[in-house]
Amino acid sequence: MNNIRKNRIKDQAFKYWGIACTLLGLVLLAIFIGNILIDGIMRIDWDFIVNLPSRKAERSGIYTALMGSIWVLLLTTLIALPVGIAAAIYLEEYNKKNKLSTILEVNISNLAGVPSVIYGLLGLEVFVRIMEMGSSVLAGSFTLALLILPIVIVSTREALKAVPKSVRDASFAMGASKWQTVYHQLLPASFGGILTGVILALSRAVGETAPLIVIGALAYVPFAPSSAMDEFSVLPIQIFNWITRPQHGFVENAAAAIIILLLITFVMNGIAVYFRNKWQKKFK
Amino acid sequence: MIKKKKKQDSIIDSSLKRKYKLQAKNVKVWYGDFLAIKGVSMDIKPNKITAFIGPSGCGKSTFLRLFNRMNDYVDSFRMEGEINIDGDNIYDKDINVELLRKQVGMVFQKPNPFPKSIYENVAYGLKIQGIKDKKFLQERVEESLKQVGLWNEVEDDLNKSALALSGGQQQRLCIARTLAVEPSIILMDEPTSALDPISTAKIEDLIYQLKEKYTIVIVTHNMQQASRISDSTAFFYMGDLIEYDKTNKLFTNPEKEQTENYITGRFG
Repeated sequence: MNNIRKNRIKDQAFKYWGIACTLLGLVLLAIFIGNILIDGIMRIDWDFIVNLPSRKAERSGIYTALMGSIWVLLLTTLIALPVGIAAAIYLEEYNKKNKLSTILEVNISNLAGVPSVIYGLLGLEVFVRIMEMGSSVLAGSFTLALLILPIVIVSTREALKAVPKSVRDASFAMGASKWQTVYHQLLPASFGGILTGVILALSRAVGETAPLIVIGALAYVPFAPSSAMDEFSVLPIQIFNWITRPQHGFVENAAAAIIILLLITFVMNGIAVYFRNKWQKKFK
Repeated sequence: MIKKKKKQDSIIDSSLKRKYKLQAKNVKVWYGDFLAIKGVSMDIKPNKITAFIGPSGCGKSTFLRLFNRMNDYVDSFRMEGEINIDGDNIYDKDINVELLRKQVGMVFQKPNPFPKSIYENVAYGLKIQGIKDKKFLQERVEESLKQVGLWNEVEDDLNKSALALSGGQQQRLCIARTLAVEPSIILMDEPTSALDPISTAKIEDLIYQLKEKYTIVIVTHNMQQASRISDSTAFFYMGDLIEYDKTNKLFTNPEKEQTENYITGRFG
């Protein structure tokens, strides 16, 4: 009897502790967003988005940084997507399980944990210097593509793994080759899962600052990039730059830019969640 | 037909063809160090239903999957001996496995339609052969669905997801999908074990009709099923073929004591 009551109390205690832990993150996020909104929401108007950077805070806009972020995002996608998905397909569907493949797999997971600034150093050496891309959008995109490649590979493999073995059996038994099975069955069936992983990886890339600073992305760029070889800035670098300025106006600008950046990542995550839910229904 | 290089058939070969559709010659299978099939030889006649029975783990499914080389995907799989279809050893180096599987269809234990429309499911085998002619595809889809008695039930829903069908309908769809590529042999791995009695009866009727055109090999746990539909039955135990005979004979008057014990329910 006593034991039963003790267990019940423990059970209740853990429940409330769990609720508190769950709320902790959310409350912090809410405080953060509230703070930023108070500081920055009044600053956001059309001019803020389409203006070029300026010495005067009230005339500055995020146009070049926003365009830089969009360029980087698109090029990163173009580079990381085909490479990451192809690597994942190879590892999951073609690769025979042996010691070498285990080492390969463990190290790809390890890559996901390498600090992003290290990727910046790699990008600086390989893309900026050896391949002579300079501090261009392209060099930045290759660097970020490397950074998110392990995430794309791991999440694509998870999505492929989630396709029941019976689908592969059925396809092979119909006389399909491996590639036909991948192309006609596995990719369509895992599309939602792959997309979710890719979007989450990209929303990480869009917030990255350190590797881009290392490869020489600039805090002040007078014009938006018009080709892949142009110099560029991105939103996080612009925010970082503004925050370090003493004038109050720039702090407001930084808050406003943070709101825009958050909006972009929230929308991307939202799309990811939407596809995940839609895709999960498929096999149930 | 399944060979890349066509070689001249001798007279002996072609007479063999008429007599036996499938032949296994002293087949041994290992998974790693485990000997799963311990040297089995067997001849299967065309246009007959042959049932494989035996307790779980006796090797009957493994043996079935040799005929369309589905064991090739198991990493630790290794085999010795010969499996001949129409006199050709399908484990020869110059065998095209994709072509082999177009000739040897397979239906699985759990209905496994593709997560696509009913139409796409049936047309899949033809499409991957590169057939694009819409009219031809449509005709084949209709014909195959009629063969399995599903046409009237799904006629208006061809573009709906195959996963929305009931289990029995899904299994008939899987059979239709196999028939669409016009195989000569159909392997069935416990095709009704996941289905209710009414769906099972429908599938059994269907299998019985199909033997007119196809050679059918079926693995089953259900001994009534084996005795109802098959012409010959093979009893496997611990990786050995214990007894292989006309179904009537095997169920009424088995030669081996192990067979008798199994079919009378004394073990397994």
